[in-house]
Amino acid sequence: MALTARPPSELAGFDWEYAPAPEARDIVTIAARNQLYIGGKFVEPHSRKFFKTVNPATEETLAEVAEADEVDVDRAVNAAGEAFRSWSRLQPARRARYIFRISRLLQERSRELAVLETLDGGKPIKESRDVDLPLAAAHFFYYAGWADKLEWAFPNRSPRPLGVAGQIIPWNFPLLMLAWKIAPALAAGNTVVLKPAETTPLSALLFAEICEQAELPPGVVNIVTGAGQTGSYVVSHPGVRKVAFTGSTEVGKLIQRGLAGTGKRLTLELGGKAANIVFEDAPLDQAVEGIVNGIYFNQGHVCCAGSRLLVQESIQQPLLEKLKLRLGTLRLGDPLDKNTDVGAINSKQQLAKITGLVESGVREGAEIYQPECRLPERGYWFPPTLFTGVSQSHRIAREEIFGPVLSVLTFRTPEEAVEKANNTPYGLSAGIWTDKGSRILWMTERMRAGVVWANTYNRFDPTSPFGGYKESGFGREGGLQGLLAYVDLN
Amino acid sequence: MATAVSRSGGTPPTGGPGKPFPPPPPLSHLGSLMRGVRSVDQVGVEERAAALGKRSIKKASKLAALDLVIRCMDLTTLEGADTPGKVAALCSKAVRPQPGDASVPSVAAVCVYPAMVPPAVAHVRGTGVKVASVATAFPSGQTFTSIKVAETREAVIAGADEIDMVIDRGAFLSGDYQKVYDEIQEVKEAAGRAHLKVILETGELGTYDNVRRASILAMAAGADFIKTSTGKVTPAATPPVSLVMMEAIRDFHHETGRSVGFKPAGGIRASKTAIHYLVLLYETLGPTWMTPDRFRIGASSLLNDVLMQIAKERDGVYQSGDYFTID
Repeated sequence: MALTARPPSELAGFDWEYAPAPEARDIVTIAARNQLYIGGKFVEPHSRKFFKTVNPATEETLAEVAEADEVDVDRAVNAAGEAFRSWSRLQPARRARYIFRISRLLQERSRELAVLETLDGGKPIKESRDVDLPLAAAHFFYYAGWADKLEWAFPNRSPRPLGVAGQIIPWNFPLLMLAWKIAPALAAGNTVVLKPAETTPLSALLFAEICEQAELPPGVVNIVTGAGQTGSYVVSHPGVRKVAFTGSTEVGKLIQRGLAGTGKRLTLELGGKAANIVFEDAPLDQAVEGIVNGIYFNQGHVCCAGSRLLVQESIQQPLLEKLKLRLGTLRLGDPLDKNTDVGAINSKQQLAKITGLVESGVREGAEIYQPECRLPERGYWFPPTLFTGVSQSHRIAREEIFGPVLSVLTFRTPEEAVEKANNTPYGLSAGIWTDKGSRILWMTERMRAGVVWANTYNRFDPTSPFGGYKESGFGREGGLQGLLAYVDLN
Repeated sequence: MATAVSRSGGTPPTGGPGKPFPPPPPLSHLGSLMRGVRSVDQVGVEERAAALGKRSIKKASKLAALDLVIRCMDLTTLEGADTPGKVAALCSKAVRPQPGDASVPSVAAVCVYPAMVPPAVAHVRGTGVKVASVATAFPSGQTFTSIKVAETREAVIAGADEIDMVIDRGAFLSGDYQKVYDEIQEVKEAAGRAHLKVILETGELGTYDNVRRASILAMAAGADFIKTSTGKVTPAATPPVSLVMMEAIRDFHHETGRSVGFKPAGGIRASKTAIHYLVLLYETLGPTWMTPDRFRIGASSLLNDVLMQIAKERDGVYQSGDYFTID
């Protein structure tokens, strides 16, 4: 018998199970109790209250975090106000030096931060490692470069810092949103009181440690943890000159109402219901990747997620076949595993919201598709989901789900695509897939969306401004435009 | 009155009143068909291929992959200096890659020049290892079709189980798809029972759109396998080129039901690279493609690195190169 003879069953196919490949979690030390970071020191909260933050993949409590009350927020704003006097007068090149130092420390400690981000938020380690951390560092690098060039950023004007900026960030990209907010604020000479989301406060607290390590002057960055109430103290504090908020449209409206007549500057980055538009001449296999990246990236917890797929009717069938096949290869599970594509839903409340909206989709008559997918027993999970036969009037086509749920609609002509894509209260982003360059330009001119991606999706760069139309908010973050929110040009 | 005529309202191009249109000759519009092949987005395909390169394949899954890499390997020597002695050594290595360790399987085939087929056949007879011969004026393909066909026939008569032909890139790039198609068909016929692998030489095709077109052209013309490169041109196999070819195979299978194999070749020297190709295959074409019938890796110097990695997975330490035979 020949040496190579093997049973035919072994040649018939190959069931390849990737062995678990978890990133080591002991690289990061999480304190059992975490204080507030005010005036360059970690301090006990006046409230004496603490709340728990859990790992959404296991429901295990990771740590207790201080809940800042009105007095705590007042102390933080005062510390920031105090620091503003010297920070705003510091030689710009020296300000830049601190910000550069922060960027380098973010890079040096990126593994630690990535693991922490994944533990606290549930996102796959490959995303926190390859997207969140590099981009966060890049934002600091980018704005550090502007710090001593503000006169060139706004020629013939005299840009001056505003004062204390109150910043509230969401739980979907905790550290990256922190970078988007803090980097331009510091570069322009402002000081900051930042409140991270209550379900993901840990990376902001580690960032506070990095500020210490960078020897940033006390009070330039203050971190107050807490829930919505703490956020409202930050927003309404009279010492705050500028408010920047990223989060839900609902809360954004409340903030704008509250700030009316106060003279405080405001930028809002809110929800979205983006259309990802695929024309019949699109490179299909790459469009499928773009669709997957658009809606299943970070479990769909992305304000600019491509949650509505608008596909030209003539290619609906082959595209959906490919898409369903691709969904079957998504690997859902332990977010710390380097091979995981879809992680855990950020919180119990968010899971309930997603489940509710998906149920409404089924009730309203859309056809649901979910690949065969074993969900872990503990933790908050939702399988990648696809709805076909969706019409514009369905809730799943109108409301932001903020989960791994895609609604598929069809169109026949470019005009119809524009009309349907714009027919939403939101206007944050859009995607266009076609081989025809002229059509990309034609479409882009007509889309009411802050960002339009062509033949790609969810691409970010610190030099490129990001922001919304309509109920997706106003103001831009990133790029030269991102500085505008933090300077007074009068 | 024929309905077709009355509907068009003009003179029928062929036939006459009362006669139906004859079916169009099957390949008369090959050029326009080829130009109608769906495009590939360069940025997207490179991004996806790179992302799959970040899969972390460890422990049991790594051992299984390395075993499969050996079973799917076309151990290759394609040098002007090849001699019967060199080929004999290659064949021993192919049959028994790790002397004294029966758990290491034989490779799928040895791949040699036509003149080296007879000694290769003599050495692998009865072992299950196949003999593959390059043909059709490898690597350039720049000769007369009659000679390519004759070379193929001779190689098969000499005992080759598999033929690795090259496409006429000159004809392809000048838009003469018909010539490329016809030549593959003729070689396929000359190859008879031997398996035909069609080398696209993607490094000379210039764009992913061309790679996709050439893949579909070769499969339509009867290729059993499509193969990236000769190994004589840089770049040879790359992950994104392979992904484009695999996606073409997937679409072709979906439309025709025919399963065509895939073979990356050229420049694959490290186990890690080989495993990257397996990941691409697994996540694009799925487990049914992960057999030597549908997947091969062409390599001349990969085998020892794979053996070294297997030993390392088993013992936990790397061994010196001297523990692996150089043939």
